[in-house]
Amino acid sequence: MTFFASLLITGLMTGAIYSLVALGFVLVYKATGVINFAQGEFMMFGAFVAAALLTDWGLPAAVGIPVTMVVMAGLGLVTERVVLRPMIGRPAIGMIMATVGLAFVFRGLAPMLWGGTTKSLSLPLPETPIQVLDVRLSPTVLAGAITAVLLVGGFALLFQKSRTGIALRAVADDQQAAMAMGISVPWAFGTAMAVAGVAAAAGGLIWGDLLGVDSYLALVGFKVFPVVILGGLDSVGGAVVGGLVVGAVESVAAGYIDPVVGGGTKDFVPFLLMLVVLLVRPYGFFGKEVIERV
Amino acid sequence: MIHRECGVIKTTYRADMALYPLPLARVTVVVTVALLVAVPWLLPAKYLVWASLTGIAAIGAVGLNLLTGSAGLISLGHGAFLATGAYTAANMAARLHAPFWVALPAAGLVAAILGIVVGLPSRRVKGIYLAVATIAAQFITEWVINHVTWISGGAQATVSLPPPALGPIRIDTEAERYLLILAVAVVAVVVGLNFNRSRLGRAFVAVRDRDLAADVIGVEVGRTKLVAFAVSSAYAGVAGALWAYYLGVANYEMFTITVSIEYLSMVILGGLGSVVGSVYGAAFVTVLPLALRDLLERFRDLIPVGDVATFVAQLRLVLFGSLIIAFLVTEPEGLARLWRKVKDYFRLWPFRY
Repeated sequence: MTFFASLLITGLMTGAIYSLVALGFVLVYKATGVINFAQGEFMMFGAFVAAALLTDWGLPAAVGIPVTMVVMAGLGLVTERVVLRPMIGRPAIGMIMATVGLAFVFRGLAPMLWGGTTKSLSLPLPETPIQVLDVRLSPTVLAGAITAVLLVGGFALLFQKSRTGIALRAVADDQQAAMAMGISVPWAFGTAMAVAGVAAAAGGLIWGDLLGVDSYLALVGFKVFPVVILGGLDSVGGAVVGGLVVGAVESVAAGYIDPVVGGGTKDFVPFLLMLVVLLVRPYGFFGKEVIERV
Repeated sequence: MIHRECGVIKTTYRADMALYPLPLARVTVVVTVALLVAVPWLLPAKYLVWASLTGIAAIGAVGLNLLTGSAGLISLGHGAFLATGAYTAANMAARLHAPFWVALPAAGLVAAILGIVVGLPSRRVKGIYLAVATIAAQFITEWVINHVTWISGGAQATVSLPPPALGPIRIDTEAERYLLILAVAVVAVVVGLNFNRSRLGRAFVAVRDRDLAADVIGVEVGRTKLVAFAVSSAYAGVAGALWAYYLGVANYEMFTITVSIEYLSMVILGGLGSVVGSVYGAAFVTVLPLALRDLLERFRDLIPVGDVATFVAQLRLVLFGSLIIAFLVTEPEGLARLWRKVKDYFRLWPFRY
């Protein structure tokens, strides 16, 4: 039982950090209808920026972390201007491929700028694990989970209550109608990308601290898909629930199956889960159902 | 090439329906094929390797283009089908001592079956949801090959296979391998070209353009989608098997998600829905990194980089990504369209109209 509980709790914590990455994805999708395949690379880029600022330049975290977020928000804006804006109104496959191209660029550019070796990134957090009910938790994971909860709460509030959030939702719902109401669609896209950049920076900081900073970090981005499919592509709350479920399931499954088959379960179980969800409930737990009739 | 329709009179329906109705076009095709056959004698060995790799990639890309370009189903799991073909052929050749001409179609068949299974979600979801489902298929296949020793034959997930043989002829020189690949690729392209003109090919396009409308005019949407997956995967299976035969080994690292994405970029760069475009795209994507590396190694004293190989790997990613974006923004229909524009310009040249 303790084994199960510890697996479950570690899984839930990891899951909370997954939802942090998924959050950026959902934000972009919600506001622009673009599937951002480069979210993982965005996060990796954020981690590289943070590593350069904190480790190489030795800036204090209180300066380095906000600067990282600003840089990533700027990168989001640039991406919107160069890649997404010309693609407004194009078919889905074009949009997807454009972000795939973007992912390639980031994955090549980051090691070109900062070298291909793994960099360390250590956040000013205590090293000793925290004991919670027989389960040892790394402070980084805990910090990640807390950040995730705070950010998600903030974004949910932003989307539901603020003028900006309502404008973004309007653009997502119908671009033409939004334009007619005087909402600037490029502005909405830019805002969404900038916010997604901030979320990616937060994810990159946490994951970079956990795994070390190199281009393999981008692979965490693929875990976003099971998370968002489970929760529903356009649901901020769904990103959290999906993240927690995926984290818990993969951790528990890995704990029991890995010794039998010799590893790798974590790369595989989330996707199996996702396929089942797609077949049974394609729009996830909280996604908006699109009904088509002849 | 530049074909003027002027002065061509067709007197039979057969002539009207020919794949290449213009005499000059037929000459161009014959000359092109003849030149391709002559490559081993025309080009040094290094470029022959490039040509062989392009041929293999072209087969896979034509298949993916039928699925993504013609039927409009985005697949990010093409690597999984290549892997299935490669491991089928490798296991049949290594364990059952199956000859090449048995192993190759078998690879296509097994991949097609997997394709149908992977395509099943397409009956229920589409667009982005389907793309994500194919990613799942990619990762699951990778994992299965890596962890089921019955398929992957041990720790390194590597199966080596003997050189292919056609009856008494053993194919073990570079030139022979190239010619074999060329033969399969030509068949693949011709089948692909005709496929798009067939009833099924038109059904694909109908499903792509508007699945509900296709349903109304009597196209069975669900079945058509599965057929698209099957055909595309069969192409991939054959390409994967050829690749394994070419290298003499099947290794799961040849078939990761990056490979799937590369195939998708071949199709996008070449031109969605264009069979010939897939060949251009395959050539472009395959040759670009090789040529880049060649070039950088030649001028390595001039560039301040430590290790050419890693630099090329990184530069390649950046170039690739930027090219994909640039093409999507400026020329969404890819190299095929670009080539058509050039042809259209010179069709009337030097006259304005």
